[in-house]
Amino acid sequence: MSEFHDPSNVVNPEHADHHIVTPAVYGIVFATLLVFTGITVAAAFKNLGILNPIVALAIACTKGVIVILFFMHVKYQSKLVKLTVTAGFFTFLVLITMTLTDYISRAWGLWS
Amino acid sequence: MDNAIVATHPHTHETAVPAEHEHVALPQHRHHFETQEQQREAGTFGMWLFLLTEIMFFGGLFFAYLLYRNWYNPAFVAASNQLSIPLGTANTAILISSGFFMALGVWAAEVKKKNLLVLFLVLTTVFGLAFLGVKYFEYKEKWELHHIPGASFDVSQFINPHAYGLKEEPLAPDMAQKTQVFFFLYFAMTGMHALHMIIGIGLLFWLTWRANRGEFSAGYVAPIENFGLYWHFVDIVWIFLFPLLYLINRHPV
Repeated sequence: MSEFHDPSNVVNPEHADHHIVTPAVYGIVFATLLVFTGITVAAAFKNLGILNPIVALAIACTKGVIVILFFMHVKYQSKLVKLTVTAGFFTFLVLITMTLTDYISRAWGLWS
Repeated sequence: MDNAIVATHPHTHETAVPAEHEHVALPQHRHHFETQEQQREAGTFGMWLFLLTEIMFFGGLFFAYLLYRNWYNPAFVAASNQLSIPLGTANTAILISSGFFMALGVWAAEVKKKNLLVLFLVLTTVFGLAFLGVKYFEYKEKWELHHIPGASFDVSQFINPHAYGLKEEPLAPDMAQKTQVFFFLYFAMTGMHALHMIIGIGLLFWLTWRANRGEFSAGYVAPIENFGLYWHFVDIVWIFLFPLLYLINRHPV
């Protein structure tokens, strides 16, 4: 870190970059989200066996990431914001994994 | 250690060329931030920290769903099949449209178009209200079928589905009781989601009123942008709720 006063971010201009997302990009994102909604409904009526919930969740995750990157502008944000968002979801996954590990191991060997 | 820039440029760009930096002191620019960009980033950072607590909150509900769905799978399948896919799909499209207009609203504020901003905020509100309207009819149907968990919950549709014209496999009475767990989670999750939308619509009225006074079309975008983050977060929750609650095991057995 620099120790001197740097009000206009000459040294670290990263977070000074401000991007305005255009309506055209929003339009493409909007159409993509609607298409994925159609795909997830159609896929639900196909018998894919164990893949049904996996496909549904994969599509939901894709839609979620698209919303986060474009509607929520994370693609155009500073590294600090990107890291914050990633760290949050990562922590959530850690919590889920640890709790599931507990539930799975309690009835270890007692499966029918 | 000496910084190379300090050595070569004793003054920063701002002080060296004052003419290029005729700073207009906007009333929204707080003095403890060095630049407007720094203030904006701090606001975005804070908003995301709040949204992360929201992710943890809804995450707990999603985890409960994951666990009970695995434990009582037949009950969850039969109960889930009672939800209306046309209404759920329509509501997904409605909510995505609402989010689309919110995103356009942020753009309108950025490019300082006051009337467009007001229009997009109104459209966001209208689609949000439409979502809640559809949800009302879905809840009403569950009320009439006695599918609200509690003393009046009725399992007969799940024990004897053929008598009701349903193509479900009949459930044993103990498993049929577990459909209450599904409906409990359904109402808890969609109810908390709806509560977030009601709060959001309340904020939208307030923001639309302020936008109409021109408060967000002179370079001060933060309230619109941060509310947009909240609104899109609520969208994302529904993007996960819809397949998990409505679409499990719909395919022909």
